Amino acid sequence: MSAKDRIPVFPSRMAMAIMKNRLKGAQKGHSLLKKKADALQMRFRSILQKIIETKTLMGEVMKEAAFSLAEAKFTTGDFNHVVLQNVTKAQIKVRSKKENVAGTNLPVFESYQDGADTYELAGLARGGQQLSKLKKNYAKAVQLLVELASLQTSFVTLDEVIKITNRRVNAIEHVIIPKIENTLSYITSELDEREREEFFRLKKVQEKKKKDKVRAEKEKAALRAKGVAMDETPNMLEDEHDEDILF
Amino acid sequence: MAVHSGVKGKLIGVIGDEDTCVGFLLGGIGEINKSRQPNFMVVDKNSSVSEIEDCFKNFVKRGDIDIILINQNIAEMIRHAIDNHLVPIPAVLEIPSKDHPYDPTKDSILRRAKGMFNVEDYR
Repeated sequence: MSAKDRIPVFPSRMAMAIMKNRLKGAQKGHSLLKKKADALQMRFRSILQKIIETKTLMGEVMKEAAFSLAEAKFTTGDFNHVVLQNVTKAQIKVRSKKENVAGTNLPVFESYQDGADTYELAGLARGGQQLSKLKKNYAKAVQLLVELASLQTSFVTLDEVIKITNRRVNAIEHVIIPKIENTLSYITSELDEREREEFFRLKKVQEKKKKDKVRAEKEKAALRAKGVAMDETPNMLEDEHDEDILF
Repeated sequence: MAVHSGVKGKLIGVIGDEDTCVGFLLGGIGEINKSRQPNFMVVDKNSSVSEIEDCFKNFVKRGDIDIILINQNIAEMIRHAIDNHLVPIPAVLEIPSKDHPYDPTKDSILRRAKGMFNVEDYR
């Protein structure tokens, strides 16, 4: 355990309480983020499945549409230029809504009809039926493509969000939590160390006191052996020669 | 963005060959705005790659287009521009054209998905 993989704190009981709270918070956050990642992943898979289905369907629809275009051309003659030059206002427009999946906003497109058909009179002379079939086919294709577009947009957004969430989950799991745990163990060891020091100091003081006591005892014994009365304490009351303080 | 698009409907842009464009225009997605800018581009054999790329970038920049449809063979020509387009809106969709069948392995989106799914399984 080196100094760089723990949070720089002063090892005290308060810091330990704070760290414990942080550890709890980090674990909670980790489990929540993990759940979010799982929810997103589930959604992502189902969207991917749908995209692939829709893409296959799109191939068929487009084929049909292209075929009906050829049919219409066969009966009506070449109308490409008429169509390309008569463009005015869009009849089909796209609205986007937001859908919330685990705190992520996914755009959902929705097509709607707006305004009149510009090519109402196209194919009036001949091939009207083919043209209307053609319009219908392409309208269907547009609908499908709009659906596909919203799926695809969701896909891209989800991809991004899942990456970010996974990065966060991993960061918490492999960086933040070990760091906090290291700090906690550092604080505990430091506190233990301090306690041992305190104990040792106490012992030392006791020892010193004991030694002092023994020495004093010895000195006293030596004095007594010389004949100096050490035991009797001088009586404060029978003080005979009390000098006057004044004069 | 959400407020804005809630008020006004967005357009679908098309970059494709003549037949594809004509088809979608008949489907009713064509619009020419006030500055006479169409939301479609007809690519013929005389169109240069830079022209297509400019048009694509223009569509991306315009803001009133939410979905860009592009023929896959044309997308192949400006693949780098499409691969660099990472923001979700406008969505770029590759569609099959009349004379080129759809190849899922070339699609930008499906290529990103290839890591987790085998495209061949879903054909």
